[in-house]
Order: sequence, then structure tokens, then C-alpha cells
Amino acid sequence: MILFEKPRNKVILGGDYWEAIGVDWWQDIFDAFKASGVAMVAYVPDAGHSALIDACVADNEIRAVPLTTEEDGVALLAGAWLGGARGALLMQSSGVGNCINMLSLAATCRFPLPMFVTMRGQWHEFNPWQFPMGRSADAQMNTAGVETMTAAAAEDVRPMAAATLDMAYSGGGMAALLLHQKLSPVKTFEAGDGK
Amino acid sequence: MSEDRRSDAYPLLRRDVARQITEGQDDLLVIAGLGSTAWDVTAAGDRDLNFPLWGAMGGAVAMGLGLALAQPERRVLVITGDGETLMGLGALATVAMQAPANLSIVVIDNERYGETGMQITHTAGATDLAAVAAACGIPVTGVVRDQAHLDAALPVIIEASGPVCHVIKVRAEKLDFVLPPKDGVHLKNRFRRALLGGEAVI
Repeated sequence: MILFEKPRNKVILGGDYWEAIGVDWWQDIFDAFKASGVAMVAYVPDAGHSALIDACVADNEIRAVPLTTEEDGVALLAGAWLGGARGALLMQSSGVGNCINMLSLAATCRFPLPMFVTMRGQWHEFNPWQFPMGRSADAQMNTAGVETMTAAAAEDVRPMAAATLDMAYSGGGMAALLLHQKLSPVKTFEAGDGK
Repeated sequence: MSEDRRSDAYPLLRRDVARQITEGQDDLLVIAGLGSTAWDVTAAGDRDLNFPLWGAMGGAVAMGLGLALAQPERRVLVITGDGETLMGLGALATVAMQAPANLSIVVIDNERYGETGMQITHTAGATDLAAVAAACGIPVTGVVRDQAHLDAALPVIIEASGPVCHVIKVRAEKLDFVLPPKDGVHLKNRFRRALLGGEAVI
């Protein structure tokens, strides 16, 4: 348990750590946000998204909105769209379950809703409480009407991030990019070698 | 009357309250929570800049926040019920953290779940939603219990620097439905067209 808490806290420190270990696909998502005019990014703080969140908070043209639950982000970004602003929602696979009923808002009204999901429960997962949503997030999103794709390698992220935003904003619907757990540095760090 | 049925005798009437808040406010951007408050604002006059929710329970405050952040020069009103607010209490904390000055939240509180058979909500007991909003950090909060309170609250709701959260205690009453359009794409497109112009519809 101690091994879990302390390394995660260090990962949450954000971009510096990610840069130190050479993981930079988050920059591809950030670049895609900027290229497509994303003005609002909603999130529940997450280790896997920490560097991306830091970049969004630091960006003067992006309103970064921390949430208490992911479903609020679905409603928040629907309101933003009514007001003419493009947004994106960041979450962990556990957050997918929190969103299901609220996705009916985006589904029924066809609000553009791009989502970026860092997966747990897929790869060297040490916490079995993460297995259920890791196993079912993709299928649950599909059942709720979300188009999904999974990035299983770092080079997938750049084209898939652009495609996800395009499907949301040009296609006018819900689209999610699932980021496979093997892309996240959390497990490596837990091993304690820092590399 | 048992204590948890006290709202049967409250003096303010929800349809009258909704009319007083929205009357003459042609520029107001309105998100109405599902159920009775959506019917209330429609009874006051269906308009393109109303977004009445038919679902998404618990989402009205967050939706109003997104709209208020995207349109900082326009006044945004979230008008919703006590049951709808109770389902998304965390959004009040998010509103306080973002602190949009142009957002007013009005909770039409009849202490009941009106659409499911008038069962009592937690506000029929000890829960005080204005106190919750204040504890979340929303700077302007209040409880409105009669017409004199409402007269004082109306300018605050319409133009005070917010975010504002007023809880308006209204009588528990069963009313006829006054239904807005239910097609979500239509509601979205008419709102965006009225606010942003015809080019905003994809």
C-alpha cells in the first residue's frame, strides 16, 4: 500500500517526471487540442493525465476545469458547446462508469464530446479494484453510443487524438480515445528504479 | 401536517416565481433542470434561449457553468429543482472554484420529487441547499420564502456579481404539464442559432 501511494504522488507532480522518463505522448494530445481550438478541458485529477493537465492549466487559451465527478464534465461541456466553446473531457477508466447516464445528454442532443481515457486494469495492474472498469470501459462506452479507439503504442496517440477530436467536432458526436495502460509510466515507477 | 409536509403551505407558487424571474429578460440564457422547472420556464414562455432538460438529472448546474464560462458577457440562469440539485451537489463546489460572476443558480425547492409522485426530498428534512452552496464557497446565497424576499432577490439573481445561488421555497403542488420541445438536437440548434447565429448549426 505504501508502494502505491508514494510513487503515485510523484507521478502526479506532472510534466517534469514524464519528461525525465521520456514519455511524451501527452504532448501529442495537447497539440491536437491546440490545433482544433479546444478552449475548455475538464478533468478529475489523474496520474496518467497529469502532464497533459499541467499543460492545459498553464495554457492561457484553455480553461482547465477540475471536477468532483466525471459526469459533470459531460454536462459542463454540453453547456460550453451551447455557448460556442469547444471542450474535451479527460478521465481514467473508472470515470467511464460515472458518466453513463449523463452521456444520454450528449447522445440525445448530439453534443460533440471528445473524451480521453487513461486505462487501468490492463497491464501489470496491481490493484484488482481497477479490473472491472478496465475490462468493461470500452464496451460500456460503445453501448452508450460513443465511438472508441484504443492507442496501444505511443506512435498511435498523435493521429488518434486528431481523429477523436475530428469525429466529435466535425462528426458531431461522442468519441473517445482509450490510452492503453502500457503507455502510462505508473507501473515502471512503482518498481522503484525511476526509469 | 407532519413536519416533512410543511411545503404544502408555503406561500410562493413555482409557476409565478419562474415568470417573475424570466419576465422581460430577453437576453437571459436559461438552463432548466429536468421535470417541473422545465415545465415552469415553458409556462412562462418558450423561447430559443431556454434549454429545458428532459433528462441528465444532476447535470443542470454543471451545464450552466459550462455555458457561463463560454459566454462571460451574458447572464446565465440555471433554474432547477431540489431533487435535481441533490443529485449533483459536487457541481456547486466546481462552480465556486471557477467563480463565474455571470452565473445565477435558482433552486425551486418544493421539498418533493414532483415527477415521481411527490415523495419528499432531503430538503424536507434537515438539508439546507443554500447552506450547502455557501459552504461550497458560492459567495452570494440566500433562501427566499415569501414575495417580499423574492422582490429583494430578483435583482440579485438577474444582475449581481456572482456566482449566485438562491433557494426559493415553493408550495408542493401538482400542476398541469406545459411541455417544451423534446427533441434535443432541435433544442441545441435553436439555442446556438439564437445566441451565435446561423453558422453555428452543424
